[in-house]
Amino acid sequence: MLGKLSWDAIPFNQPIPMAASLFIVVVVLGISVLIIWKGWWPYLWREWLTSVDHKRIGVMYVLLALVLLLRGFIDAIMMRTQLAIAAGGAQGYLPPEHYDQIFSAHGTIMIFFMAMPFMVGLMNFVVPLQLGVRDVAFPVLNATSFWLTASGALLVNISLVVGEFARTGWLAYPPLSELQFSPGVGLDYYLWALQISGIGTLLAGINMVTTILKLRAPGMTYMRMPVFCWTSLTSSMLIVAAFPILTATFGMLLLDRYVGMHFFTTDGGGNFMMYINLIWAWGHPEVYILVLPAFGIFSEVIATFAGKQLFGYRSMVLATLAICVLSFMVWLHHFFTMGAGADVNAVFGIMSMIIAIPTGVKLFNWLFTIYRGRLRFEVPLLWAIGFMVTFVVGGLTGVLLAVPPADFVLHNSLFLVAHFHNVIIGAVLFGAMAGYNYWFPKAFGFTLDKRLGAVSFWCWLIGFYLAFIPLYVLGLLGMTRRMQHYADVSWQPYLIVAEVGALIILGGIVATIAQLVVSIRTRERRRDLTGDPWHGRTLEWSTTSPPPPYNFAALPEVESLDAFWAMKQRGPAMPPDHYQSIEMPSNSPNGFVTAFFAVVTGFAMIWHIWWMAILGVACALLTLLIFGWKERREVEISGAQLAEAERVRLRPGDAA
Amino acid sequence: MSANAATGDFAMPPPSSAPDTAGSGGGPAPVRIVVAFGFWIFLLSDIIMFSALFATYAVLSGQTAGGPSGRELFQLRHVGVETLCLLFSSYTCGLAILAIERRRMREFYVSCALTFVLGASFLGLEISEFVDMIARGAGPSRSAFLSSFFSLVGLHGIHVSAGLLWLTFMVAQTATRGARDFVRRRLLCFSLFWHALDIIWVALLTLVYLMGAR
Amino acid sequence: MEQHDQVHGERENEPLGSFASYTVGLIFALLLTGASFLVSQTHLLWAPGVPAGLAVLAIAQMGVHLVFFLHISTGPDNTNNVLALAFGLLIVTLVVSGSLWIMAHLNANMMPPSALMEMRR
Repeated sequence: MLGKLSWDAIPFNQPIPMAASLFIVVVVLGISVLIIWKGWWPYLWREWLTSVDHKRIGVMYVLLALVLLLRGFIDAIMMRTQLAIAAGGAQGYLPPEHYDQIFSAHGTIMIFFMAMPFMVGLMNFVVPLQLGVRDVAFPVLNATSFWLTASGALLVNISLVVGEFARTGWLAYPPLSELQFSPGVGLDYYLWALQISGIGTLLAGINMVTTILKLRAPGMTYMRMPVFCWTSLTSSMLIVAAFPILTATFGMLLLDRYVGMHFFTTDGGGNFMMYINLIWAWGHPEVYILVLPAFGIFSEVIATFAGKQLFGYRSMVLATLAICVLSFMVWLHHFFTMGAGADVNAVFGIMSMIIAIPTGVKLFNWLFTIYRGRLRFEVPLLWAIGFMVTFVVGGLTGVLLAVPPADFVLHNSLFLVAHFHNVIIGAVLFGAMAGYNYWFPKAFGFTLDKRLGAVSFWCWLIGFYLAFIPLYVLGLLGMTRRMQHYADVSWQPYLIVAEVGALIILGGIVATIAQLVVSIRTRERRRDLTGDPWHGRTLEWSTTSPPPPYNFAALPEVESLDAFWAMKQRGPAMPPDHYQSIEMPSNSPNGFVTAFFAVVTGFAMIWHIWWMAILGVACALLTLLIFGWKERREVEISGAQLAEAERVRLRPGDAA
Repeated sequence: MSANAATGDFAMPPPSSAPDTAGSGGGPAPVRIVVAFGFWIFLLSDIIMFSALFATYAVLSGQTAGGPSGRELFQLRHVGVETLCLLFSSYTCGLAILAIERRRMREFYVSCALTFVLGASFLGLEISEFVDMIARGAGPSRSAFLSSFFSLVGLHGIHVSAGLLWLTFMVAQTATRGARDFVRRRLLCFSLFWHALDIIWVALLTLVYLMGAR
Repeated sequence: MEQHDQVHGERENEPLGSFASYTVGLIFALLLTGASFLVSQTHLLWAPGVPAGLAVLAIAQMGVHLVFFLHISTGPDNTNNVLALAFGLLIVTLVVSGSLWIMAHLNANMMPPSALMEMRR
């Protein structure tokens, strides 16, 4: 009746997972009880769960990312602590089977459910506003994308309470991930969670590409788009190109596991090297999917806080496009040591070095933007400066790893681990925090506390270097990744320093939480009344904070780059004498309901509860058909309502 | 003074026969173009997914693990009939779109019916081929070659099945709602989908069957 | 309110042209399909050239579909569609040819997976 599911699935006999499970269950129950008791459910349903507004969806994505940052970071601290003590003969406190699940969950969560949602969320919130339009191309699809991503995150967290997680690392290489060597449900949790959220991400990519190419304010030609929109476009193009490969590859592994096919098995003619080839053909573009929006955020932040137009707009655009195309030509550098031979390795090694060039172009452009500008050291700029230094270090170690002979020594060592954390934290996380601080006032109407923001930044910066520079050294000394304990006690001092670094980063995370709490409590002191708290240059700052649901009562006429800056130079314009009425899409439960059935189907497939899986798929299909049958419902906002709202917004005494 | 000139940004009323305005800075493009383009991007992503399976098939096609190979299994006459069914169904689909654009409803329903029948014939032939192969011990778990064959051709078949379901839904929607804007947009997307499936079939036919049967 | 909308990629005043385009496309596709079967099953083409010949015929037929059925053209309204297609084709080429090149080298250099497993103690 219930497939493989039984009471054994709950980790009663393992104290640490049991404690974690109880914690999660208590938190979830507590929040649910709070919502019901305070009567917040109708508000949440109406304003958030069924919202198709890109701004709301963006906020939910970022919230998901912040929550999963906590979960992923707890995994990290557990690993650091284990390694700090498990030297020589000591075994630490985490048995290997558990440690394996922790590093697998850490990577999976941080990439798929922290970094991706953060970037997608910021793109969602900002891009339509910067383009001067009212929403993305397909708003209901947008909501569905978010809820599918959240479904994947939910499944991964359910694995903590019911069952186990994969032990195969964040990419689940076969043959270890085949049924023969991983018969448990852990791998199935991994695969189904990522397939479901992968569909969500792909749809979001399609949405964003269409929006940027087909929906822009009048006068906004391609070369007048903000750089963040260019990087969002290229990142979304990469999503559209790369995620299908992930879906196909995981699909083949699922077929091996469920139907006994022989794609990657060790018998029947299977070839597991093909999995590694395909998964990295996705995996390398994936990291550029993450980093390109971050580059865009820094372009906006640096230009704004230097008070100068971004240097070299055209070369920035060309560099971004070059990175987009080149990112599909380097993927073998993730498996130089797998035996393709010198010819193949040489080609991909050279391509990997070439891709550093457009990145360098971008860096020089940022430097030249700052040169002769007047820097204002607001919190987003701190993150940007920290990025510029840290990312260069990480990028350089990447170019070193791109040399195949060097990689033969360093592959899968802690040097590699240090490199990718260096670039991901230095660029993606720092970019996420910069964007979070930068656009928070636009989303919520008040700025975040500056002092706690600075504390968070410094803790992250110092903590990062303490946590990861020792790992570079350890990698050169020969320590490999994913070790649960080690014999060479001379490594331990480095690992203790790394642990200290991780604890300082923890301080940074606590400071971020504190910043949010304090900022909400004292929000009246930092209200954004003008909509333009940073003296911005792009169109999102021309709206109120927060913007009305329709963003712009009348679409702005764009005449140049940095459209809002140009508008401010021209001086306040006469408001139009009449506004055309507009129709905004009304809310839809479609996304939430589809995702609910996706979770049911995923859970059922994981535990081999076939009747439930069929039911889940049928209900999801039915939801789609019911939604498709009805015509898109819209809410009309009359010209008079718009005029009234604008009159309030443009009261005399407020600069436009 | 700015007016909300174009649609695609939820302004009323819908526009006239506006061309794609966004590229030249003319404001948001009309809804029809936005929807068609978004669907085109989706189709390209689908084609990339197929290409990963094509690559896998190309790599594993020689791995028969002592079992039957393509030369022994593929029946080209059967495949030829499938090809003709799908190609003609693509043609009748095109005719259906022409008919609905000119509001020639009888032509539209007949073309859709033909498209469905031809597509269903294709599917029926393909299923019979699969059943036959499985009965002869050449199922997907026999070897890596067969795994990649069944999944590549099977994925195409699943797409065709989804297309038939979609076509039925669209005919029902057209019959009850008439040839309204949103219905015609969806029919356009369906036709893009159906033609793309035929393009993928050309690649399948060539790489899997024609090359494999030699 | 019924408006005159443009069919994807179509120019303004050629409704009759489209029926012709579908029919011409069908005829070309039928010819190319027939040619593919002939090339594959008879000795009309020099044997070592058959794979290349089949590939050319397949690409030609895909082109026929794109032009005559999907109305991909080079007009200004179509630029985005063509660029998107070009990007997609680039990715497909990289993934397929890259995978084949890499896997050929790996298979040549490395032990077959089944033999590898037999080495486990």
